[in-house]
Amino acid sequence: MKSLLYLIPAMLFLGGLGLAGFLWALKSGQYDDMEGNASRILFDDDEAPLPPEEKNNE
Amino acid sequence: MTTATCQHCGDPILAHSDGGEGFCCKGCRGAYELINGLGLKSYYDRRVLDPEAKALRPDEEGAVIDYRAHIIEEDGGTNTLYLMVEGIHCAACVWLIETALGRQDGVQQARVNMSTRRLVLKWQNEGLDPNQVVAIITGLGYRLVPYDPCLLNSENEKGERELLKAMAVAGFAAANVMLFSVSVWAGYSQGMQDSTRDLMHWLSALVALPAVAYSGRPFYRSALTALRLGRLNMDVPISLAVLLAAGMSLFQVINGAEHAYFDSSISLLFFLLVGRYLDRRARGRARGAAEHLLGLNAVAVTVINEDGTKSLLPPDQVHEDMTVLCAAGERVAVDGVIIDGQSDIDTSLISGESVPVMVRCEDQVFAGTTNLSGPIKIRVTATGEGTLLAEIVRLMEEAEAGRANYVALADRVARYYAPVVHVLALVTFFYWLIPGGIVWNEALLNAIAVLIITCPCALALAVPVVQVIASGRLMRQGILVKTGTALERLSHVSNVVFDKTGTLTLGRAELINQDEFSQEELELAASLAGASKHPLSRALCRAVPHIAIRSSVQEVPGCGLEADGVRLGSRAWCGNVDAPLSEGPELWLAVEGKEAKCLKFADHLRSDAKDVIEKLKSRGYGIHLLSGDRVEPAQKVANDLSIENWQAGCSPRDKCDALEKMDHSLMVGDGLNDAPALAAAHVSLSPSTAIDVSQTTADAVFQGDKLRPVLEVLGVARKADILVKQNFGLAFAYNAITIPLAMAGYVTPLIAAVAMSTSSLVVIANALRLSRGKLS
Repeated sequence: MKSLLYLIPAMLFLGGLGLAGFLWALKSGQYDDMEGNASRILFDDDEAPLPPEEKNNE
Repeated sequence: MTTATCQHCGDPILAHSDGGEGFCCKGCRGAYELINGLGLKSYYDRRVLDPEAKALRPDEEGAVIDYRAHIIEEDGGTNTLYLMVEGIHCAACVWLIETALGRQDGVQQARVNMSTRRLVLKWQNEGLDPNQVVAIITGLGYRLVPYDPCLLNSENEKGERELLKAMAVAGFAAANVMLFSVSVWAGYSQGMQDSTRDLMHWLSALVALPAVAYSGRPFYRSALTALRLGRLNMDVPISLAVLLAAGMSLFQVINGAEHAYFDSSISLLFFLLVGRYLDRRARGRARGAAEHLLGLNAVAVTVINEDGTKSLLPPDQVHEDMTVLCAAGERVAVDGVIIDGQSDIDTSLISGESVPVMVRCEDQVFAGTTNLSGPIKIRVTATGEGTLLAEIVRLMEEAEAGRANYVALADRVARYYAPVVHVLALVTFFYWLIPGGIVWNEALLNAIAVLIITCPCALALAVPVVQVIASGRLMRQGILVKTGTALERLSHVSNVVFDKTGTLTLGRAELINQDEFSQEELELAASLAGASKHPLSRALCRAVPHIAIRSSVQEVPGCGLEADGVRLGSRAWCGNVDAPLSEGPELWLAVEGKEAKCLKFADHLRSDAKDVIEKLKSRGYGIHLLSGDRVEPAQKVANDLSIENWQAGCSPRDKCDALEKMDHSLMVGDGLNDAPALAAAHVSLSPSTAIDVSQTTADAVFQGDKLRPVLEVLGVARKADILVKQNFGLAFAYNAITIPLAMAGYVTPLIAAVAMSTSSLVVIANALRLSRGKLS
């Protein structure tokens, strides 16, 4: 029965961590655009604006 | 022969395409070159992500909006432009827009929200011309409308976020409290010590109480509002049960009692929040369409000052008796009288008339119409609220107010259900207290059990779940349902009323007597027509594509086109006044020394219109046609589709009056002249080609060139209605079994929790039947 003394707080802590993570994600706008973000991860290039000379080379 | 497809949009290329090799039109060619020029060719690979997606065909006739007026300056020299994007259909579009904008010098951030179709564009204050930057996106075929974020950061979005937070907290708490409860139930049979049980109960309280306080707020608020107005709604028993159960359980725990109801109270909250969140989300996207309305006032007006200079003014600064210049292709922004110039005016927005009207000096023009062929000067007689346009909008609002009285089935049920539940709980309490002779807290416990078990978990899910699934099914077919009660109202429909132009027909003219002309004559006509934006000229160009425009074409406003002794235009101008009138719109082609010939046009019916009307009739709907157009075209359409009840020349008010005489009417329409009727009808439907006001007013919007969505939406609504009723039946059956048990005091937390979840699952499973399969 003693193990409960560790396990219960651990359970609550981990669960709370998950909840806090979710609320943080929600607050930082990650749930604003569910459809867009779902496909965005499939684009593997994080392209920065190319400088003009490179544009010509392409 | 294999059909070649356009390299940009993927549509088959027709013979004589004017886009050159590999393209179906000039617009696609332009877009392809633009994408290539930016080095974004991988867009075409990305598009494979969604095989249904096609690139847009850029609109060759797009109006120019000045975006500079909509820039919002922020601290630190950052400029921001908020835009709604029309035409996004897959992630490749999002990528293309973001990358194309991101590659412009000076642009700091370009971010598209795919769910709401909004674009936020930020750049540093360095003399960057937003119109140029944005022109790239319009060149790709997307349409952009500026919006004001302050007006839009609406209650709805905040509400949705709050529900999601509440749901997360309730979910977390419910999962943990349930674990403690299972431990207690398991321990009960294995001789758990009282002290351990109390510890578990205390831990449950620790988790559940803050969660109940936090997650329940949406319900408490609504319940309080209802009580303040002296009414009962579904949220009253919910709030009461949750709070009583939590409070009572705390009391029990303090006294070291055997049972606590924390798990029931928090998991009830969780289930209800899930239902409510789904309900709200399903309509989130559709709401976006309504917000396009905000873009309507974005047109600046050219005013001619007394000293002859011109200035651009926002519409609200234009007054009566000012002189306004309206260039060809521009929308008229005021009501007034023409004092100089002649032109053709497209009045389809106001009157539903599909053929442009010729106007000259002393004629009246109205705000909302489009000036097609020549510049005109207008003396303003009314602006803003005084215009005919505003009058129509007012009429629409009036009509809408009438419909707002509709009460959703769930609320009607709640009206009777809530008092019954409370009375039952009260009866239970007093029964156990007085004849039962047990202590008050045990009696109260039984009463709470009644509240929990009757708690409208299944009942509260019954409607939203069906609606979410029905909306999802319709959305996959390009039909957006916007209002919450639309499906319900659709299921009552007994009369279907159609508008003609743009609803039964496609709303654009097509040449019909091509074979009466030789190829040379057609090419001659098309070489002139290319110079004009008149709808009939565009139709002629579509019929005879790939013809170079003559360089010497002169447009004579209000008459037609002229080049090298060839005239293309109105009957009076081109010659043969005595020829018999044709049924639809016409153009005359006059070559010097030859007899003038008539090009006839017709607005084609939607390809499946006949079929759909027949099916609707066979299902017992009354079919009506109310058109603002002239008698002849309306009669022809009515005859072609064998619609017996038709009426032509209807003003917006006539349409409203006609609808008032019918009960349970479904109005299908697209023009501004239909908007009041759309609002007055029991329920309304609009094609997505409709103007913004109509889309906003309609309960649902459908996409595509087919009329079939009308059938589908009625079918789904009927099916949804049946399922909702079945769900209510299931919920009541469940209550009929469990309420007596609860009143008799047999319900332990375990039974309450299991019963509650089961009933919810059954309701959800029943609703899922709507997502697949054919409709009868």
